[in-house]
Amino acid sequence: MRASGEVLHSVAQMSAQVVPARGQMATTLGFHIILACLGIAFPFFVLLAEFIGLRRRNETALRLARRWSQAMGVLIAVGAVTGTVLSFELGLLWPGLMRQYGSVLGFPFAIEGLFFFLEAIFAGVYLWGWQRLPGWAHWWSGVPIAASGIFGAMSVIAVNSWMNQPGGFTEAGGQITSVSPWQVFFNHAAIYEMPHMILAAYMVAGFLVAGVYATGILRGRRDRYHYTGFAIGFVPAAILTPFQIFVGDTAARSIAQDQPVKFAAMEYVAQTSRQVPEWIAGVYVNGRVYAGIKIPYLDSLLVGFGPGTQVTGWNTVPPADRPPVVWLIHLSFDVMVGLGSLLLLWGLWAAYEWWRRRRLPPQRLFWWAGAVSGLAAIVAMECGWVVTEVGRQPWVVYQYLTTADAATSNGGVVTSLTLVIILYAVLGAATIAILRLLSRRWRRGDTEESVPYGPSPEPQNADAGEAGR
Amino acid sequence: MASDAVGGILLAGVTLYAVFGGADFGGGLWDLLAGTTARGRAPRTLIDESITPVWEGNHVWLVFDLVIFWTAFPHAFAAVMNTLALPLWLALAGIVLRGSGFAFRKELSHLSLQRAAGATFAFSSLVTPFFMGTVIGAIAAGDVPADATRASLAAWTSPTALLAGFLFVAACGYLAAVYLVGEAASRGNRAMQGYFARRAQAAAVVAGALSLGALFELQNSDPVVFDRLTSGRALPFVVVAGVCGLAVFALLAVGWTKGVRGIAALGVAAVVWGWGVAQYPVLLPGTSVTLSNAGAPEATMVAIIAVFVAAVVLVGPSFALLYSLQGRHMLGGGEHVALAAAVPVGYVGQPTAGRHRRQPPVADHAPDDAQNHVGSVTRTAALGVVTIAAVIRRMRHR
Repeated sequence: MRASGEVLHSVAQMSAQVVPARGQMATTLGFHIILACLGIAFPFFVLLAEFIGLRRRNETALRLARRWSQAMGVLIAVGAVTGTVLSFELGLLWPGLMRQYGSVLGFPFAIEGLFFFLEAIFAGVYLWGWQRLPGWAHWWSGVPIAASGIFGAMSVIAVNSWMNQPGGFTEAGGQITSVSPWQVFFNHAAIYEMPHMILAAYMVAGFLVAGVYATGILRGRRDRYHYTGFAIGFVPAAILTPFQIFVGDTAARSIAQDQPVKFAAMEYVAQTSRQVPEWIAGVYVNGRVYAGIKIPYLDSLLVGFGPGTQVTGWNTVPPADRPPVVWLIHLSFDVMVGLGSLLLLWGLWAAYEWWRRRRLPPQRLFWWAGAVSGLAAIVAMECGWVVTEVGRQPWVVYQYLTTADAATSNGGVVTSLTLVIILYAVLGAATIAILRLLSRRWRRGDTEESVPYGPSPEPQNADAGEAGR
Repeated sequence: MASDAVGGILLAGVTLYAVFGGADFGGGLWDLLAGTTARGRAPRTLIDESITPVWEGNHVWLVFDLVIFWTAFPHAFAAVMNTLALPLWLALAGIVLRGSGFAFRKELSHLSLQRAAGATFAFSSLVTPFFMGTVIGAIAAGDVPADATRASLAAWTSPTALLAGFLFVAACGYLAAVYLVGEAASRGNRAMQGYFARRAQAAAVVAGALSLGALFELQNSDPVVFDRLTSGRALPFVVVAGVCGLAVFALLAVGWTKGVRGIAALGVAAVVWGWGVAQYPVLLPGTSVTLSNAGAPEATMVAIIAVFVAAVVLVGPSFALLYSLQGRHMLGGGEHVALAAAVPVGYVGQPTAGRHRRQPPVADHAPDDAQNHVGSVTRTAALGVVTIAAVIRRMRHR
């Protein structure tokens, strides 16, 4: 009796840390992922601006590239340290996960380490090489940053997708006996998670850039500088949006096969059945959906291209193995899809106007949409992470290890969560304040700055160094 | 054995983090001690210019080491993370504040805000290595149980662990000061060369004293490691470390700067390898956990070795490029306002393209100022050693 009481007690104590530990992981990951998106994709936009500037001798584009790279310096620094927080937290919050599966999921992380190195090293060269590296050499020094952003993202997503679709290892008696690193890396979910996240990063970065200049244009700064800044962010992101919707649709269909319970939570499928309706919005409480719009047969149609397609419900697993708060998963999914579709429509509007009249839409609504497009992309991306992470619960490694078993048994997570929330609130506010400060400074300097601007054609330090002596 | 090779890779990673990342923390330490805004301008400018393009790359060694640790030795990793959760959280907070404080300071233009960001950067540069040192000290002293599930305060507040914490701070300061001597010399800045040479010497004395203190403290906490360090297979590393330390001290005394950075780095590397070799093949001293019985499956070990080879091939030349550009002063400037807290009036910020670099005028007056300073630095260092020794004595008697 006594022993079982102790076990119960320790289980209860363990579980007591799970919720704050998840809260802390969600806070730190939710914060870092925005910076990660910018770290992955923003260098591409900076390089694009510099490319246009160098190739077409476009002073405006060069000036934008130079200024963006200054913002990039701040964002990469904050991203580097908040990313380190996540590495530590894997061990500090989830020692059960690392003890059991560290040797399996370590390989993709090690590959990520390589690309993190390249990103940080070449960021050092690119960000600080503006003055003394010759133009095209400087441009090329930025290419490894953009490339390693993509490959680094693939590596990290390899770990997350492995947690959703574990494979590539054998386990006997609670011990990992063999590992196939490449099967871990290219697991079944990696095929759709990797492109989904990389495209999301490009959309977040592109629409954020576009949003900054759309806001300026709304405020009456209708000059070449603002239109160039808008276009360099907007055009690639808008082009990628339909691809993202295609990848997302494929991912949803794969999840219906691979993680049917997650899919059931996303779409409110309580019972396995055919002719399943699609719910738009709505809150699921005790078997009923309130305030939702029901579209008959659509879910079956989307899953299997026919109304008779059978969709697995969450009734197929015992209640303990179902994700908590299904309405959060469903609404997050709807918000993500909804915002993605609105961004697509917004891009199509611009495409139509360009095709018919060779101009961007003059309507204020278009520019208002532009001003909030970056925020919309961030919200959509965060909602996507809520779907995939909350939807995987109660598992941390799907069907192998529960989150409760992975969590730390150390107390004090509530304290660390509180401190993290305060620290990150300050950090986030400071980062935004610094970016605004930069923008104000640039605006003041708009009239003062003189050309020539941009990387100097020749290294200049030879005489500069002499003058110092 | 693959697990031995991976153990060596992990130790190499730790060495590289100590030698490169450690110096960046030390830079923050000297920034903290550089004094008032006016007096600290010249050293702060030099520190800022030296750290700026390289600190993020150097920082990645930490992440790399963590990943290798948990991939290769997941059980030991979980035990360390559980037992030493508190100092690790504190070190982590320091890492976040250090990096963001440093990056923010550059972009701020108000002096008071620059000071606040600079203080955040500098103070966390002191805190972070201290707590990392206590973590390593606790592991070396054998205070991490193999199946730990609970955090332990005693583990990292033992004399060995605290001494290791102080030693890390001193070693970071030592490396940074030696590197900054080289940086100052390459810029032809004699005043700063002397300024940091004196600080390097003071830090060398403190670091040397703390190393000896930690060594003899190990006699109590981990006699096997102590014996190997003083008379066994790890003795050569101790000798190398000692010789390097003395050589740096002597070379700086005669004003020689060539190769001093390499010797200082070698000395610190020898300390790290001495520790590793002394406790080999045990991974967690005080337990039966060794490199081979704690290790991941063979395929994982091979994968780590392959990644390390890839790192040598890809990352090595990239770092070489970064450091060589940095060494030739090709990196710097950008569209930044001058670091007001570090740049004297009349100095027009970092040189802009085509404009000639101007030496900070204040540097000419620095020697007199620094002459007065040398005594106080030595006194401070001596006082620090005595205080730390007294604290340790008290703790041991308790």
